[in-house]
Amino acid sequence: MTAVWATIGLLCVGTIAIKAAGPLVLGDREPGGRALSVIALLSPAVLAALIVYQTFAGHPSGLTVDARVAGLAAAGAGLAARLPMLAVMVLAAAVTAAVRALG
Amino acid sequence: MQRDSSLRDGMRAALPLTLPVLAFGISFGVVAQPIIGGLAASVMSAIVIAGAAQVAAVTVIDAGGGVAAAVAAGLLMNARFLPMSFAVTPSLRGRRSRQALEAQTIVDASFVLAGRGDGTFSRGMLIGSWTPQTVAWVGGTVIGVLLGELIPDPQTLGLDALFPAFFLTLLVGDVRSSGTRRTYAVIGLAAAITVALLPVAPAGLPVIVAAAAALLGLRR
Repeated sequence: MTAVWATIGLLCVGTIAIKAAGPLVLGDREPGGRALSVIALLSPAVLAALIVYQTFAGHPSGLTVDARVAGLAAAGAGLAARLPMLAVMVLAAAVTAAVRALG
Repeated sequence: MQRDSSLRDGMRAALPLTLPVLAFGISFGVVAQPIIGGLAASVMSAIVIAGAAQVAAVTVIDAGGGVAAAVAAGLLMNARFLPMSFAVTPSLRGRRSRQALEAQTIVDASFVLAGRGDGTFSRGMLIGSWTPQTVAWVGGTVIGVLLGELIPDPQTLGLDALFPAFFLTLLVGDVRSSGTRRTYAVIGLAAAITVALLPVAPAGLPVIVAAAAALLGLRR
């Protein structure tokens, strides 16, 4: 059990340190134009990576293709049809659940 | 005044993710309870507040790995918050200590929702959108620990697909409002890197490497 609590404590401290790194290193330094354009592109880069990761990641690692792919495709179709966000989310979950139940 | 409304806007923007985060929290509680105990699982969610990292660490413990391996797996998963922290810093307030405190509210959704598309971030959106997600995550874990196997698997309801669907919604919104050819290049590159690394790299690494696609912004 000591190992469990040590893991939790170290993970907590490490995560805080990672998130605090920017302020501690940069402080109130202003970013230049090129830095700003990299920063602006970080969102789409992380989003694209997370979408792929959360759709195809196996457990605990590796690449798997399962019902989530159908759910994401349904979400894409809903967005193309300009459905509201809530409808897109419901569609994604429903299609994933249906494909999983059939498979 | 604007500060308060952006906090509220942030909470509202994060609402669609509250249900899947709650479900994810519940499933973490159910899975972690027999491995590390209910109290440890709940405390972990309350002080680490990073779902994927917690799952990674508990998976290592379950497989009989040591403290170092479990912490390394969790921190590798959280390494993506490092570039996010640097990105957000100029938009935070006050002294370094206060900025460092505010930067603790960085999670995937709060980072993305707070971005204005020009390299600056709304501090109110960041903190506002983090709050309901954290409540849902910690509350979900406790519910999972207490109710355990009584709860149906969130996967049978397809709730796990809500995460990529939510992020796809945000990405499409981003592209429609401010997408350039360079944005598409970054998206394609980041997606390709993630697909290429998923089969071979340890959990978490593909996302942090893919984030480097943003460096295309260095080209004029």
